[in-house]
Amino acid sequence: MAKAKVTFSDINVTVTVPAGVRIIEISEKVGSGIGYGCREGECGTCLMHVKKGRQNLSAPSFLENKVLQENMAGAHFRLACQAQVLGDVTVEPA
Amino acid sequence: MTSLTFPDCAIPISNRVHWIGAFDPLLRSFDLILKTANGTTYNAYLVRGQQGVAIIDTVKEEFAEEFFKRLESVANYDEITLIVLNHLEPDHTGALPELLKRAPQAYLYISHQAQSMLKGLLKLDEKQLQFKPVTTGDHVDLGDCTLEFFHTPYLHWPDTQCTYLREEKLLFSGDVFGCHFCDARLFNDLVGDFRFSFDYYYAHIMRPFKKYVLDALTLLEPLALDLIAPTHGPVLRDQPRRYLQHYRTLSTPRKEVVDKTLLIFYISAYGNTARMAHAIYQGASTVTGLRVSIFDLQGGEVEPFVDLIEEADGIVLGTPTINGDAVKPIWDLLSSLAVVNLKGKVGAAFGSYGWTGEAVNMIESRLRGLKLRVPVPGLRIKLIPTEEELATCQTFGQQLAETMTQKQAVRELDFSQI
Ligand SMILES: Cc1cc2nc3c(=O)[nH]c(=O)nc-3n(C[C@H](O)[C@H](O)[C@H](O)COP(=O)(O)O)c2cc1C
Ligand code: FES
Ligand SMILES: [Fe+2]
Ligand SMILES: [Fe+2]
Repeated sequence: MAKAKVTFSDINVTVTVPAGVRIIEISEKVGSGIGYGCREGECGTCLMHVKKGRQNLSAPSFLENKVLQENMAGAHFRLACQAQVLGDVTVEPA
Repeated sequence: MTSLTFPDCAIPISNRVHWIGAFDPLLRSFDLILKTANGTTYNAYLVRGQQGVAIIDTVKEEFAEEFFKRLESVANYDEITLIVLNHLEPDHTGALPELLKRAPQAYLYISHQAQSMLKGLLKLDEKQLQFKPVTTGDHVDLGDCTLEFFHTPYLHWPDTQCTYLREEKLLFSGDVFGCHFCDARLFNDLVGDFRFSFDYYYAHIMRPFKKYVLDALTLLEPLALDLIAPTHGPVLRDQPRRYLQHYRTLSTPRKEVVDKTLLIFYISAYGNTARMAHAIYQGASTVTGLRVSIFDLQGGEVEPFVDLIEEADGIVLGTPTINGDAVKPIWDLLSSLAVVNLKGKVGAAFGSYGWTGEAVNMIESRLRGLKLRVPVPGLRIKLIPTEEELATCQTFGQQLAETMTQKQAVRELDFSQI
């Protein structure tokens, strides 16, 4: 299976994961500061800054785009409970 | 009951603005989380410009008639061109559906975050609503005056905003600078002593959002201010700027130390969890740049601990497993933390157990649920800790301290390890 590296720059941790995993499945276990509320792409609590490799995350859904828009988030921001890892990325809490 | 009678017409508060809200003197508890010793008010306002009338917020549904009566005393429904909603909570939008029926031409001005809530609250079809999302820098013209919007989220809901009437130096602040205090004399220089109510309201409504309060103050402080018109309690016309200063004082960290701070709280029936706590304390104390403190929950009250935690960088909670759970003082402490912002603080759990030991996992989940980060896995020790196990406790404390002071080396992990 394809592998990718996810770096949480707030805690200097890099995890090698199988492609398709969501950030939420990794960040809590390693103790990154990304926080979660609803866990289903509605509340915007898990907004994260994608520092590198934003093209390596799954494209945002219609609902995620709506939430991002309402939070006036720029192109370098995503919801950690939604974004799936497809290639190497570096992220941090927004 | 109050001896003052409540006026039933609109009350002028400036040249162009009337108060058209409602008095609720009998309310004794608000939003389940506050007590209201002499009730509250739901403040709504009407702004008359040369080219239209604006309504700023409405009232709780049960008070709609009072609101409409006051509104009708100063305007006709067909004059209303727009309605500003600074906050969508039902205590300010309860009368909105009826107002929209009576003034269907009115355009709603709401924050961007309010859009998705509007539907959930009004149970109206989005297509039936004419609304415009606004943010800092946006304004709407009423002919001889303009309403300017300020994006002030999380005070205390995601949708909250403030609206400024520059021509009158008047800020419609929403719940910010409000308090639950019901006095027919309405203005801060005329009403009774509302200092307690003001601070109590801040402590329960705004305190979890101090960071957002400071951001909002930075936006609002440059404004010339003759009047602050909040959605609850007195209208602040005497020295309005004092309330901004007071909010800044209340929201600024009191921290004296430059070091990071780690607090260890424990509770222990036979001393096993206590022994672990002291070993963790020793381990953490070997790391420089961190101030470590240790407290036995049996020897303290919850409130001051909440104050300490608010300004700490990390907390470690130790509890034995008793009847398959962590013990009540730990849960009491955790359930009292809703009034402070915990996001991004470091959390950890440990404890001695006899045969199942589920308390530590439960506390870790709760810490994550409260948005702390839990970088070091919890530590459980069966019954009495041995010397070797106490050394493990020391290492645990040291690891936590290193994580917090960024002394921990860069780590590379595999998904299977986490
Ligand atoms: C003071 C206060 C704080 C709230 N905080 C949250 C929150 O953090 N997250 C959330 O999803 N809803 C929050 N809400 C919204 C309530 O859950 C919502 O209004 C709900 O419909 C209330 O249900 P009830 O009518 O049964 O009380 C909050 C409401 C109030 C009054
Ligand atoms: S946790 Fe609510 S949107 Fe991700
Ligand atoms: Fe509110
Ligand atoms: Fe309110």
